[in-house]
Amino acid sequence: MTNDDFAEIAGVVRRRSGIVLTGDKAYLLETRLGPVLAKFGLASLGALGQRLKQRPDDVLERAVVEALTTHESSFFRDGKPFEHLARILPKLVSARAPGAALRIWSAACSTGQEPFSIAMLIADTLGPRPECRVEILATDISAEILTRARQGVFTQFEVQRGLPIRSLVKHFKQEGAKWRVSPELAAMVRFEERNLLNDLSAIGKFDAIFCRNVLIYFDAPTKTRVLDALSRRLMPEGVLYLGGAETVLGLTDRLVPVSGERGAYGISTQRAAA
Amino acid sequence: MSATDEILQRDCLVVDDSRVVRKAARRFMEGFGFTVREAADGSQALQACRELLPEVVLLDWNMPVMDGLTFLKAARAEFGNGQPAIVLCTTEIAFEKIVEALDAGAQEYVMKPFDAEILGSKLAQLGLLQAAA
Ligand SMILES: C[S@@+](CC[C@H](N)C(=O)[O-])C[C@H]1O[C@@H](n2cnc3c(N)ncnc32)[C@H](O)[C@@H]1O
Repeated sequence: MTNDDFAEIAGVVRRRSGIVLTGDKAYLLETRLGPVLAKFGLASLGALGQRLKQRPDDVLERAVVEALTTHESSFFRDGKPFEHLARILPKLVSARAPGAALRIWSAACSTGQEPFSIAMLIADTLGPRPECRVEILATDISAEILTRARQGVFTQFEVQRGLPIRSLVKHFKQEGAKWRVSPELAAMVRFEERNLLNDLSAIGKFDAIFCRNVLIYFDAPTKTRVLDALSRRLMPEGVLYLGGAETVLGLTDRLVPVSGERGAYGISTQRAAA
Repeated sequence: MSATDEILQRDCLVVDDSRVVRKAARRFMEGFGFTVREAADGSQALQACRELLPEVVLLDWNMPVMDGLTFLKAARAEFGNGQPAIVLCTTEIAFEKIVEALDAGAQEYVMKPFDAEILGSKLAQLGLLQAAA
């Protein structure tokens, strides 16, 4: 693979997803693109680079992005955002307009651990018949990963990372060596394919947004653009949760840290009217 | 001084009839900063608890002499529900078995095979470890 081929492949990934692959990630291409080469009958990464350069090919480009994306996730990842959400849930519920649903968005949901954690938290906090409607929207750029997430089936390894045993017993059913989320939980979450780089105004506004462990892969201008877009999807009292290695500082002034809550952000009051 | 005053804060008892499993569990727990004692069955484990009540017990289910569930019930009857924290670590992975152990007073449940990450995540949920970032 020449530098040109690398640049071509990395360029496709960046244009489509925002994910930046620096030169030191060349090994990732070597290890992850093998199956894509085989599937599309390409002899080498060089051949892939050439093909991408010749003509746009939506199916091939999708497969490349898919293969180079990290889908790592776990239930109740980092703990803190979920504890915070559980604490403010009563306030969010009472802040809604009469009849309005409580809306929560998992904006890079991967295999579904994040939205299902939110669903468990809400079921456990508000009870089986909450006084208000609850909508959890879970989106990701990857159609393939969403197919998995929609199934709501997790391995024994996955359900042991972050998920308390009592939550497993309460919200999952055993199917052989795997575990499936209960129908009640599954009914709370809607999965949709969405690219964070695209116009998101159609999905409406949310009381809480989880956008975690995806901005880290973007360059600063893309982070700013996505953060600004997310801030426009937040209700005035809404909260945005970012991943442990992510921040809004130096990237946007539309969002400000919730004091004393690492990883939680609200709309800046100076900018609320904007 | 009462028995509870003597509790060593970071003491862990690993109960498993397999020496290999005990060794692996010891390595993980020492990595988390615990001192580790070992027992090969439930009755040895009860004895060890009477000498010094550990903070946490990692407990296999199927063992000779006294199995894990019998130990669990005996320990809850003798030492109460608070201490030690008892985490099943077992190949018994059927839903009913898990519920049975929870009803008998287990705090957490690890399905074998497990690794340091799973164990760490379970201990963090019990507040016995700082959650990993
Ligand atoms: C590491 S996972 C994070 C999963 C979960 N939020 C968590 O924190 O555990 C990152 C996810 O971001 C998705 N992703 C990457 N670029 C994206 C984009 N431009 N729009 C939407 N999702 C994207 C990937 O497909 C992947 O599933």
